[in-house]
Amino acid sequence: MRDIFLSKWTKAVVFVVCLWPLGSLGWDALHNHLTANPIEYITHTTGDWTLRFLLITLAITPLRKILTLPDLIRLRRMLGLFAFFYGCLHFTTYIWLDKFFDLAEMWKDIYKRPYITIGFLAFTLLIPLAITSTAGWIRRMGGRRWQMLHRAIYVSAIAGVIHYYWLVKSAVIRPLAYGAIVGVLLLWRLADRFWPRSGTLQASLKSQPQKIQT
Amino acid sequence: MLFRRNPELTHADVTPKHLYVNRRKFLKDAGFTGAALLAAGGGLWELAASPGAQAGTKLNGLSKSPFSTTEKQNTYDDVSHYNNYYEFGVDKTDPARNSHTLKPYPWSVSIEGEVKKPRQITIDEILKLAPLEERIYRHRCVEAWSIVVPWIGYSFSALAKLVEPTPQAKYVAFESFYDRKQMPEARYAGIDFPYVEGLRLDEAMNPLTLLCVGMYGETLPNQDGAPVRMVIPWKYGFKSGKSLVKIRFQKEQPPTTWNRMAANEYGFYANVNPTVDHPRWSQAKERRLGEFFKRNTLMFNGYTDQVASLYTGMDLKKFY
Repeated sequence: MRDIFLSKWTKAVVFVVCLWPLGSLGWDALHNHLTANPIEYITHTTGDWTLRFLLITLAITPLRKILTLPDLIRLRRMLGLFAFFYGCLHFTTYIWLDKFFDLAEMWKDIYKRPYITIGFLAFTLLIPLAITSTAGWIRRMGGRRWQMLHRAIYVSAIAGVIHYYWLVKSAVIRPLAYGAIVGVLLLWRLADRFWPRSGTLQASLKSQPQKIQT
Repeated sequence: MLFRRNPELTHADVTPKHLYVNRRKFLKDAGFTGAALLAAGGGLWELAASPGAQAGTKLNGLSKSPFSTTEKQNTYDDVSHYNNYYEFGVDKTDPARNSHTLKPYPWSVSIEGEVKKPRQITIDEILKLAPLEERIYRHRCVEAWSIVVPWIGYSFSALAKLVEPTPQAKYVAFESFYDRKQMPEARYAGIDFPYVEGLRLDEAMNPLTLLCVGMYGETLPNQDGAPVRMVIPWKYGFKSGKSLVKIRFQKEQPPTTWNRMAANEYGFYANVNPTVDHPRWSQAKERRLGEFFKRNTLMFNGYTDQVASLYTGMDLKKFY
């Protein structure tokens, strides 16, 4: 099992899989399957995938501890960057296809429309995380400070769910499902912090202060 | 190119989409219906001749309407594959996929309440009650998209006259069909069913208010509200209830579905108004499906001349 995660091919395969939603959008575009309102469809699809990749990224830490698969950490940065990538596509769709670069209109939206405000917050919080995702930045910032900064992903995920919740007209079941998953992932962290199970991987990880891997 | 403009051929001459998409199901249904009719004996001709027998049946003898716009129409494919019909799912493409469970024939509508002649009226009677008109209307959704659709029907007032509203009637409530079993997706919609919409009586009697039985030269596809729906072109689309089973004339303003769900977002009037925003998004512009740039939304969706007088003296920011 461990070999799989250490293989250089694993990252390549995951990378290609993460591009699948984009490829599928492209395929739909070529085959005229973007519905009668392509801009709305692209906006919703890229938004959905941003949120999904945020959740997948947040799931890495719990999964590597619960499944005792510490090597999963090798995938976390890439998954986080894919969340940012789909977030960029989502934001670009909004500013280009929806607002057509009308910045005045965009600022008015951000100021007046709470769901846009909080969506914009969720997106902008990811920018410093994407920039500082390199090994060089971890070294420059120091593990502790870097980790503090990267906890912003919790806020981004919560803001993303609220953005979705405030956007729907009545069918709150999907945003609530995303919210429940974020809730579980964050509560697990709290539980893990205050009631670490001794003798397991996390306990042994805790005993090593320099645990940041890249 | 000699044959390009053949006035005899209309959209209705093309094999209806649902027939070739759902061919297998259609063949199954057709076989079943055929067998049932043979067993009944003699009823075959009557049902086959009935205009409402199948969604996608051509409607003949349509007259043109002075209310029609000359704007470019959306395609049948767009109008039948981009729907808000929450009983069949909340995604725009859900109703086209899920609404095959609806059986639009036989069908009857109960007309009741403050009327001298309450009655059940069948879809066949509705189709013959008044001359069918084609009305090409703009249709503006509260979600800020719009379409242009050649609807078929006649003014709702024709139906109202048939049942003779009493002087007590001040409002009309329109109730849509609901069956949990046929509409399993409805439980995730987040709104209560059956879907109820309503109008003030004078709004309902306005000649623009259309009792609609078809579009694009044929009967309505299920996802667009078969077999009979309302079309109120100066109001946001959610006011136009689909697949009607009950029309009730009454003294009091009826509680309506979206208004009950969120009164601050969906007013009872819900007139298209670019100056009154939805609390969460702007209503100043809209995206006409098929166009890249948004266009400005028109007051009363461009039907000011016909309907503005209904609201004289009313503060439309208050009665949104």
